[in-house]
Amino acid sequence: MLDLTASALAQKIQDGEVSPREAAEVANNRVEEVDDRVNALLTRTPEVALERAGRIDERLRNGGVRPWEGVPLVVKDVLSTKGVRTTCGSKILEDFTPLYDASALVNFGKDLVMVGKANMDEFAMGSSTENSAYGPTHNPWDLDRVPGGSSGGSAAAVAAGEGWWAIGTDTGGSVRQPAALCGIVGLKPTYGRVSRYGLIAFGSSLDCIGPMTRDVRDSALLLQAIAGHDPLDSTTANIEVPDYLADLEGGVSGMKVGVVKELMDERIDAGVRKVVGRVVDELEAAGAEVGEASLPHAYYALEAYYIIAPAEISSNLARFDGVRYGLREQADGVHEMYRKTRERGFGDEAKRRIMLGTYALSSGYYDAYYAQAQKVRTRMIGDFREALSRYDVLISPTSPSVAFEIGAKTDDPLAMYLQDICAVPASLAGIPAISVPGGLSDGLPVGVQLMSNHFTEPLLLRAARAAEEVAEFAFSPRP
Amino acid sequence: MISEEQVRHVANLARLGLTDEEISRIGGQLDAILDSIEKIRELDLEDVPPTANPLDLTNVLRPDEPRDELLPDVALSTAPDPVDDMFAVPRID
Repeated sequence: MLDLTASALAQKIQDGEVSPREAAEVANNRVEEVDDRVNALLTRTPEVALERAGRIDERLRNGGVRPWEGVPLVVKDVLSTKGVRTTCGSKILEDFTPLYDASALVNFGKDLVMVGKANMDEFAMGSSTENSAYGPTHNPWDLDRVPGGSSGGSAAAVAAGEGWWAIGTDTGGSVRQPAALCGIVGLKPTYGRVSRYGLIAFGSSLDCIGPMTRDVRDSALLLQAIAGHDPLDSTTANIEVPDYLADLEGGVSGMKVGVVKELMDERIDAGVRKVVGRVVDELEAAGAEVGEASLPHAYYALEAYYIIAPAEISSNLARFDGVRYGLREQADGVHEMYRKTRERGFGDEAKRRIMLGTYALSSGYYDAYYAQAQKVRTRMIGDFREALSRYDVLISPTSPSVAFEIGAKTDDPLAMYLQDICAVPASLAGIPAISVPGGLSDGLPVGVQLMSNHFTEPLLLRAARAAEEVAEFAFSPRP
Repeated sequence: MISEEQVRHVANLARLGLTDEEISRIGGQLDAILDSIEKIRELDLEDVPPTANPLDLTNVLRPDEPRDELLPDVALSTAPDPVDDMFAVPRID
């Protein structure tokens, strides 16, 4: 059962060949077997999984169980889960238990079979999961290496077979880059496609909730489960959710595919470029019309991102003040209480980004940094509009390197930020982007990123399915 | 170069306590990060409108109708120091 895709398991549940309770037991056992070594989960929830699986068992007798229900899932610990501790990888929320569920989880179904809450970089800031206050997650492909981040726990859980799929969040690559480094599929949907209600905010104009799965079909199915307009999130699009599975096997014959030249330069490791190049060649052989695309402002995207995201962080993290929830340090006056609580509760990267964002928004620097970055964002969107008027999908590496060793970049924030160079352009533009395993370099997985226009996920998934097919990358749980 | 005084000023704006060691270390890192970010200032974008949100959203309104909300005792159940029906804080200084 452990080798099945989520879609295949979902079908067996629908057909009555496997009961949700059996599936939950297999997932729980797998967590017990591997997670002491992988540390993908901050909170294990075996009883929650079994109890809810049992309820689906009962509901199956009467029908009305939706196609994805009953397949055990891991949830990144930044999504609020009613009654289950939600830490965001931070000490400041060590004992926080949310009072409601995130809308994306409610959409999936009230009996969501959750095996655990996944480790992450604190408040989703980071590219290695080493910024978690609860220790790093280990990459199932090589336990001495990082799984990427910030959704590294979710990615590692999927790669290790701790549940069949996971929900992550992507602000500047946090679903796609760990998916690439762990050899799984990670989709950042269009901004506004999945409700952010109940997602503890990082960068509110950038945050997207997305599927992390064993293959592209699973990605389409999980997006189907969580997408949709939500009156509780005014930034969700009031656009009908299409059938993401309908066109999946349509292939790439006649599809126009643009290779982004700015994201295939020497900043990308040669081994990564080689894998991406091979997938592009195979797509061409499969009938795609391949050409070179240009996003001139991609050279400024990372810099713009590292102003806009910290600015939004400094504002969003102001809510952690020791008053309504989370940690409180004792002090005589309220200002000293704020300062001590936040000093004790936040880790290094959170402090760095709060400082950077506060500086960029402060009087005298706002125009030079924040306003200028917002204008670069406008230009970046224009670049995509131009490129996507000539091509149906754009293709690039997901990450400039394969998984690196734990500790290799922890002393150098800038080196860590460079992990995001291929991912942030799509984040700034709000377009959908997906990472698909393209092959191996030095024995480690390489992700191929595909991007397309706003709300064209059916097309993107179809192209991704074709890329997955030519890459011939077979999933099997590790270690 | 960002001065130590500026680092302390920004930390105060953010209501973030930092040790002397953090002031020095984070200050140095901010310098390096700001140096690399400087690059965006070379672009001439004077007439370009800023983007705050990637979707063309205008104000989204809804009818002002009551719906199920958290009751006070539930909302206060996560508070570090609830007093009666209120979130309590130390004296305002």
